[in-house]
Amino acid sequence: MDLSKLERLDRRWLFLVVAVLVMGPLLRPLGVPLGSSAPVGQFYQAIDRLPAGSIVLMSCDYDPGGKPEMVPMTRTAFRHLLDRKCRVVFTCLWTGGSGLVDETIETVANEARAHGQSVVYGRDYVDLGYKAGYEAVMVLMGKGIVNAFPQDQRANQTASLPLMREVRDYSSFALLVNISAGYPGTKEWVQQVNSRFHLPMVSGCTAVSAPEYFPYLQSGQLRGLLGGMAGAAEYEKLRGEKGSATRGMDAQSLAHVFVALCIVMGNLVQWSKTRRGA
Amino acid sequence: MKRELPLLLTAVIGLFMIMSFFVPHHLVSVPADYLQQCAVIVVAFGYVLGGANALRVNLEGIARRQPDWMYKLVLVASLVLTVVIGILEGRHWQDTHTISMFLYNQVYSSMQGTMFALLAFYIASAAFRAFRIRTVEAGLLAAAALIVMLGRVPIGDWFTGWLPPALRASAVQDWIMNVPQNAAKRAVLMGAALGVMATGLRVILGIERSYLGGGD
Repeated sequence: MDLSKLERLDRRWLFLVVAVLVMGPLLRPLGVPLGSSAPVGQFYQAIDRLPAGSIVLMSCDYDPGGKPEMVPMTRTAFRHLLDRKCRVVFTCLWTGGSGLVDETIETVANEARAHGQSVVYGRDYVDLGYKAGYEAVMVLMGKGIVNAFPQDQRANQTASLPLMREVRDYSSFALLVNISAGYPGTKEWVQQVNSRFHLPMVSGCTAVSAPEYFPYLQSGQLRGLLGGMAGAAEYEKLRGEKGSATRGMDAQSLAHVFVALCIVMGNLVQWSKTRRGA
Repeated sequence: MKRELPLLLTAVIGLFMIMSFFVPHHLVSVPADYLQQCAVIVVAFGYVLGGANALRVNLEGIARRQPDWMYKLVLVASLVLTVVIGILEGRHWQDTHTISMFLYNQVYSSMQGTMFALLAFYIASAAFRAFRIRTVEAGLLAAAALIVMLGRVPIGDWFTGWLPPALRASAVQDWIMNVPQNAAKRAVLMGAALGVMATGLRVILGIERSYLGGGD
């Protein structure tokens, strides 16, 4: 078979195919059935087993670049925690993320209020916002959360908030939920907080960084792991939700198949060229 | 003195911080907490320094009419505008309908999303043009990549649904991630941790001096 024409294929054709494969399923979902993996089930169980009234630390370490993967995880985990009647303290260690995180949690809180749930800022959840310092902030929080964050994201005095009066340091939390798109993120929380202060922890991370955290999952340092949009979609499925991650899975599925085809076709072209040259 | 004093400070503070990890007494923990707070403040100052440096470098480029000076002008104008608007709006910058939030949602967020979305196009192009299997190792890598790529998305199981459960894409992908990938990752993590410890010791003992600048 002569594949020489493919060798000179204008890459704009590839771009067009990717655009069609991504846009098509977003506009008209295919409904490929979703499975469920063990790390996602463990993540779900870790939150589901929390007693009502527990205080949970949720660190959302990402910025708008990670929005399609990170925001669905944040939304579903916060909904899950509110359903479990847990109280949540949010932080963000990424410079550009605090605005997005605050908007996301407020959307979920408003949804809960619309469903008749009593969710009050300061009593049921607090957004401490961004603090510069990476790992130094994590260690500093171990000496006192209010000390590390004297003001919250909305410029309230942290010590004046009812929920924060019950929070001293990491020992006040039942679980750490880290939603992370890179550095600082899950690895640093495991090294600086889980290992040192023994705070149980689950993580939601980007698909590219998930392989890095599998050793922590196997060692039990992570109680559960959501890897990328696929993890977020499986979590939505376990919660009985149909969110943006579930809607995005068809598009991601087709894009993965196309990239796999590109690898195979590229090598076939190379192989055919070598044969012709031989 | 210019080199000895920083080396001495590094050694003393480094050893003190290591000691604070093992000694919970307040004579150690209180100064250690203070030093950690100092570290947070120094990092915050780093942002100011970074902003000032970006201004200096780009203003120089504009003044000298370097080939890409128009882009530098856009950068400087955006930087100054964002800072000025942030200062003017003060602590209410996050309220709805503020200019800061408009810039964050409509400019910053959209541009970052666009940059990452472009990756999908370039990955497809690179997969077609650059991922060449020339050796057995490259073949193994490509096979593992294909299985993981298909196993991570639901369509993988849809394609391989006719196989026994243990041979379906998601099951094989799980095995690759949990066994060979995990083993390799552990080795990398341990190697990196030992490297960090060795470098830390070299800095504390004054053997590693590159952070001071200069040649030695």
